Amino acid sequence: MRVHGSQLSLSQPRGIVTPWSGRFPITNGGIFIKRLSLLLSLVCAVCELGVTSHAFGHGFAGARFFPATLSTDDPFVSDELSLPTISTIRTPDDGGTRETDISVDIAKRITPQFAIEIGETLSVLNPHEGQTTNGFGNLELGGKYQLLKNGPHEAIVSVGLDVEIGGTGSSSIGADSFSTWSPAILFGKGFGDLPEALRSLKPIALTGVAAIAIPTSASTRSITVNDQTREREIEIERHPDVLEWGFALEYSVIYLQSQVQDMHLPAPVDRLIPLVEFAMETPLNRGPGGPTTGTVNPGVIWAGKYFQVGMEAVIPINEHTGNNVGVISQLHFFLDDLFPHTIGRPLFGGNK
Amino acid sequence: MNWLCRILFFCLVVLLSASRVSAHAFLEHSDPSVGSKVHSAPAAVRIWLTEAIEPRFSSIQVFDATGKQVDKKDTHSDPSNRSLLQVSLPRLGPGSYKVVWRVVSVDTHRTNGDFTFQIAQ
Repeated sequence: MRVHGSQLSLSQPRGIVTPWSGRFPITNGGIFIKRLSLLLSLVCAVCELGVTSHAFGHGFAGARFFPATLSTDDPFVSDELSLPTISTIRTPDDGGTRETDISVDIAKRITPQFAIEIGETLSVLNPHEGQTTNGFGNLELGGKYQLLKNGPHEAIVSVGLDVEIGGTGSSSIGADSFSTWSPAILFGKGFGDLPEALRSLKPIALTGVAAIAIPTSASTRSITVNDQTREREIEIERHPDVLEWGFALEYSVIYLQSQVQDMHLPAPVDRLIPLVEFAMETPLNRGPGGPTTGTVNPGVIWAGKYFQVGMEAVIPINEHTGNNVGVISQLHFFLDDLFPHTIGRPLFGGNK
Repeated sequence: MNWLCRILFFCLVVLLSASRVSAHAFLEHSDPSVGSKVHSAPAAVRIWLTEAIEPRFSSIQVFDATGKQVDKKDTHSDPSNRSLLQVSLPRLGPGSYKVVWRVVSVDTHRTNGDFTFQIAQ
């Protein structure tokens, strides 16, 4: 479930940021990133032309606008495009590997309550020693169904099912040869229904996800030759089921201005949503197990009329996750606002 | 890496071709302003939205502290400004009032919200 998620780890089941897996190598990565940044700046600038200074995107429950979160999936069924999500972090393996992921995700509503999703990631692995490698991760498909939405209480609950299709990615960057299924439950809750005595807390909202990533292969066997003894060795890598869980705590200046207290804040501050995301993974079985790994990602999102931009720091929670702070950023388009009469509406069942 | 630049350029073209129509309409500002305390009773509540709206499917309601609707139920828009919606008020006394609005933008997106204001003694 990661239309908005980063792709920091290709070897891990999808759904939540897991920045500890990088492995190998790249060339000309810096130049590419510069060109990409220039192009994205152009996209941003041009798209914002003709856009009013005050605007909104999508992801609503009652009066609450929820932005698309970067590191954990949100519960909203919508037409949206994340292009791109860029993340980079130095992972702890092999003396430190700089892993940079560039991903594209798109979601399309089939009905007002059901959407399908597809995502792909280009990974660039730059080890401390050795050659840079890049390649695509496994193709990711998903579906999400909105079970409940309560406007007055700004609440929403959805269920989803994702699959990472094994063997569709590049083995050079560690894409799994097996598929992984991830059933998930997602929720969102705004606190606009708090009593007036707590009105300053009303702009707070919480979204979260809990998923179990189930690999279709319990283990992978590989045969290697010992350089010294010239004997063949069989390595068995076990693939546990993994509980992926995370949440995003956000404070909406948009909500503050329009629902609680007009502070007459100037642009672009009036469109900001500071937030902190927690993206965790806990192995459930098989193999030696291990502690929960994950990241805490504080950042900010600016939401406009047709798109939003966001950036977060990626802070590992322990040494098993990593020792360095990374960065994730995303440009996210609201297709239902960009194309309300064509691809931005459900295929069946009318508009919401 | 040129392929990705081409994809982004393609997306740029697609996005530029997007119809420049209305999106979700949300509150830009209001009179009385959100959460404010005024010293004289307003004759109307006016809200300015971020998009042009369909007045036939849009409404403003004003309630007093007891939950009684106190507006004149004459929600109407301004012909010269389709993003402005207003409702008239009788002479209101001091107290806290809640404004509840629901609008449909011209591209049929529905949004709603509410806020309070106070009339001082």
